[in-house]
Amino acid sequence: MESLGVLLTLPMNPYLEAELHRRCHLFRLWESPPARRKDFLRANAPSIRAVVGNAFVGADAETIDALPRLEIVASYSVGLDKVDLARCRERGIRVTYTPDVLTDDAADLAIGLSIATLRRLFDANRYVRAGSWKAKGDYKLTSRFSGKTVGLLGLGRIGLAVAKRAEAFGCPICYHSRTRKPNVNYKYFPSVLELAANCDVLIVACSLTEETRRIINRGVINTLGPKGVLVNIGRGPHVDEPELISALVEGRLGAAALDVYEHEPDVPEELFRLENVVLTPHVGSATWETRKAMADLVLGNLEAHVLNKPLLTPFL
Amino acid sequence: MSAENHSEETPAEEQELPLVLVLRPIFPHFHDALATKFRFLKPWESPLPRDEFLAAHAGAVQALLCPGPTPVDAQLLAYLPRLELVVASSAGVNHIDVAACRRRGIAITNAGNAFTDDVADYAVALLIDVLRKISASDRYVRRGLWPIKGDYPLGRKLGGKRVGIIGLGSIGSAVARRLDAIGCTILYHSRTKKPSVSHEFFSNVTDLAAESEVLIITCALTAETHHIVDKEVMLALGKDGIIINIGRGALVDEKELVRCLMEGEIGGAGLDVFENEPAVPQELFHMDNVVLSHHQAVFTPESFHGLLKVVMGNLEAFFSNRPLLTPISE
Repeated sequence: MESLGVLLTLPMNPYLEAELHRRCHLFRLWESPPARRKDFLRANAPSIRAVVGNAFVGADAETIDALPRLEIVASYSVGLDKVDLARCRERGIRVTYTPDVLTDDAADLAIGLSIATLRRLFDANRYVRAGSWKAKGDYKLTSRFSGKTVGLLGLGRIGLAVAKRAEAFGCPICYHSRTRKPNVNYKYFPSVLELAANCDVLIVACSLTEETRRIINRGVINTLGPKGVLVNIGRGPHVDEPELISALVEGRLGAAALDVYEHEPDVPEELFRLENVVLTPHVGSATWETRKAMADLVLGNLEAHVLNKPLLTPFL
Repeated sequence: MSAENHSEETPAEEQELPLVLVLRPIFPHFHDALATKFRFLKPWESPLPRDEFLAAHAGAVQALLCPGPTPVDAQLLAYLPRLELVVASSAGVNHIDVAACRRRGIAITNAGNAFTDDVADYAVALLIDVLRKISASDRYVRRGLWPIKGDYPLGRKLGGKRVGIIGLGSIGSAVARRLDAIGCTILYHSRTKKPSVSHEFFSNVTDLAAESEVLIITCALTAETHHIVDKEVMLALGKDGIIINIGRGALVDEKELVRCLMEGEIGGAGLDVFENEPAVPQELFHMDNVVLSHHQAVFTPESFHGLLKVVMGNLEAFFSNRPLLTPISE
């Protein structure tokens, strides 16, 4: 696919970048300063037929409009909230993503974050490393994870994978999603508010759309309550972030584990002081094994497109 | 087992609650619950040194409650000629001279399964933390480094990893069940092969380590298992290997562990226990591939509640001549 002009939006994976450079005609969006970006796109538009973006910088309307020869957006992510899907539909642009290969990692992280939050693992680490452990039998009680009711917001691939794991810990499972899922034994709640009222740990695992923006709002947070735990492995904008922070500080919400934020990589500093939070820098799929699999999917999709074969993981 | 009440009894007098010796203060919640059914002999409330107190007052004591890991050794037992039961408040009984108790016909009960879920959860949390760098990347975020230095280095996937469990008792089995759902392949070593278990058995820990990418230590500390994870085992585990210890510090050769971590001979560790608590080797403090905690795997209200039920249940059973709930296996 040497003739395929590919616009890579960010340095997201050295292997992917090297392969794109080797096999395609690669344009690196970040090599032009932000102020000159429009010029960069205009200058290279005649050559660019593919965009590879990720969860941070995808293909918004402005970018798509600037690329009249764009045929395919191959996202290095499973979330497509940074791709203007309506625009792609209008123009007949194909869109691929990376489902399945990152499901396990995302689910493992959700479980790890849940236990780490309830058991205050970060705090224990900090305590020991500060040299504060001076007496045996020095302890604080932290809350058990096994047997707690886990509420899943979204029961897609990732939600189901979290549920399967949580069941091994004896956790009753309930969920809310747009529609009730057939062939599933878990208890369904028709609203996120009812879900929050009936679970101990609420895990956000749905996609970000106009309907789910700020779906975790003050009402949901208050309902989850002073003993409740929120785990967000979805997207930052799923949660009303300022409201979440004040709830954590005031004790209206028990604890939270966040892998995603409204304005990554900026994380509100008020969170840094809190001991009832765990903060990870968007690492849901951040393992060597999975990132390689994601890169191979992107490359495989681009190759299939160029060879006019069925795309491996099309969304559009 | 005698349920004889040793206090003076006349038909007119109320029968006194059974007497239990305690060597150090118990959690108030426990104390109050147990005080409804038992009387306590509390040496620390006396101005006499402990041994003198015991010599003077503990001659008739039949039951000893051990909150925390106070040693129960032959020297202590010598002051308790009528002792028939030691109630431990932990799963591990390595602080009790089991052989001396056996010789005297003294029964020992432990925490049974009160802690199993919490300890198993903790082992899994430590493993996910080490492989996915949860605590390390949390520190990175809180130092404000994400906008400055970019994404944190990649972690490693749990699914498909070969996990060797040393000791497949209740806790080991509970860990196996959880990691199985996560997609790990479980291997194990135990004193004897378990016929009802389908996971691959290794009679030798070094062989287990050679076939594993992760070792999780969930066995009891005894003379045989002291330093069961030694230099040979660590080298067999290899450069990417992870060690998770939620058993006892002395199950691992700690000096060797620190050396292997410093020299990159193993890949990382998650440790809740250490050889000389509360001392933790300071070399570990700067390592991002190591997760540390202060022996807190069991400290949840749920475990404590479960422990209280077991302790109460064992004492009640003893004093009413019924079978003990959680006697330790020989």
